[in-house]
Amino acid sequence: MKVLVAVKRVVDYNVKVRVKADQSGVDLTNVKMSMNPFCEIAVEEAVRLKEKGIATEIVAVSIGPKTAQEQLRTAMALGADRGILVETDEQLGSLAVAKILAKVAAEEQPQILMMGKQSIDTDNNQTTQMLAALTGYAQGTFASELTVAGDKATVKREIDGGLQTVELKLPAVISADLRLNEPRYAKLPDIMKAKKKPLDTKTPADYGVDTASKVKTLKVEPPAERAAGIKVGSVEELVNKLKNEAKVV
Amino acid sequence: MSILVIADHHNTDLTPVTANVVAAAKAIGGDIHVLVAGAGAQAAADAAAKLEGVSKVLLADNAAYGHQLAENVAALVAELGKGYSHILTGATANGKNIAPRVAALLDVEQISEIIAVESADTFKRPIYAGSAIATVQSSDAIKVITVRGTAFDAVAATGSAAVEAVAEAKDAGLSSFVGEELAASDRPELTAAKVVVAGGRGVGSAEKFDIIYKLADKLGGAVGASRAAVDAGYVPNDLQVGQTGKIVAPELYIAAGISGAIQHLAGMKDSKVIVAINKDEEAPIFQVADYGLVADLFEAVPALEQQL
Repeated sequence: MKVLVAVKRVVDYNVKVRVKADQSGVDLTNVKMSMNPFCEIAVEEAVRLKEKGIATEIVAVSIGPKTAQEQLRTAMALGADRGILVETDEQLGSLAVAKILAKVAAEEQPQILMMGKQSIDTDNNQTTQMLAALTGYAQGTFASELTVAGDKATVKREIDGGLQTVELKLPAVISADLRLNEPRYAKLPDIMKAKKKPLDTKTPADYGVDTASKVKTLKVEPPAERAAGIKVGSVEELVNKLKNEAKVV
Repeated sequence: MSILVIADHHNTDLTPVTANVVAAAKAIGGDIHVLVAGAGAQAAADAAAKLEGVSKVLLADNAAYGHQLAENVAALVAELGKGYSHILTGATANGKNIAPRVAALLDVEQISEIIAVESADTFKRPIYAGSAIATVQSSDAIKVITVRGTAFDAVAATGSAAVEAVAEAKDAGLSSFVGEELAASDRPELTAAKVVVAGGRGVGSAEKFDIIYKLADKLGGAVGASRAAVDAGYVPNDLQVGQTGKIVAPELYIAAGISGAIQHLAGMKDSKVIVAINKDEEAPIFQVADYGLVADLFEAVPALEQQL
């Protein structure tokens, strides 16, 4: 079966981002960019499905600027067979991304659509669920275990009180949670080979998707600073402060 | 304007976050209805009817909704939601699973995890793991929103709304519930606790986590953990506090053996008072801590427990 895996180029998770002085957004000039960590887990799971003989082809897709090619090449170095870049310099909302992915899915007809549970820039956690709605497929969000057999996928999901297991009819959209797997690193020979794998470039217009957003960002501010704290010298002093100063115990 | 709140519940009880979501709905203003979709969920509906500010509770009681499968519940909410200006739910695992599916079915965008209501169409929400706060305005006809519970004070349970049955029920036939493994705990729920005692990699093992549990019990609090402690198997993953775990804002947060990575801070930096106990005085957790104690947690945590 074919697996479609969506990856996003985001600011590297170790970067401490700064808000621009004009409040228009966060400053991303000269900041290190990487594949969203949850997307890495999604790619890894797709590759494992191929290694188990379940997946026969992995198609990686990314929607973003020309530079998102780097993340697609990374996905191909890790084991994806080919890539599709839907190029746009706009910052698309989750709904527009889900609409484009739904069109890609209609063309490619994958049985499993794999993605990360959220991107660490917008922290939306929406695209998987929206894609599932638009395609009419079942959804297995926040997956920490995935088993595929026949035309069914069994997904163990991380929920607030613990874990829930659901069975989904394929095709289905699955979102990876942190504990689904430990992503591997790309090896140098694979990085070289990935450069020769096919990469198609498209635009949102090719899929006939209107990307206009009805949600406007009015401003972006730094969070309220916490007042500077103090270091205490002993447990006694700490207890005293908590009781008499903070009055929380 | 009218607002539909999707209740977060376990059929026999309502989770506390629903009262916080109703508070956010009140801040938006308008007639507030609560939908309880479940199986054998009369008790949850009765509890929802008591929430102050709620004018009507819709109870969709059907086996198809018993385990909150998104395919079934979202279809119901999207159908009912057409008559509302806002659809709100808590930013819980359940809310996050269902709401975006509802939004896409209604062809509108979703605003995730709001922390403040500026007006009926303008909201504040954190981005980049809480490193920035965005103010966003939506011109969608129906605004689908998830609410960060800890950002809104819960409404009181002093109301008495009518409960009305919703007849429509459909099983989409796409998914089915197989089972669940819930972590057993007598302690208060992590996201609702007034005190949270959290341990990290520094605790060292599942057995040694005992001192964290003891301190939490002494304070009547919940136990939390960093991702490192969860990945090392010291505690189950539903105790994880952070960007990818739970967001908490208790009165008192005690972090023991936690360095304070950005992803962890995203889940707890709105706590009223933060105490850090760490051997490494350079640990980033000390930058957000109101009270920092540079000490070995194996000495400091038991001593703290004894002296409280």
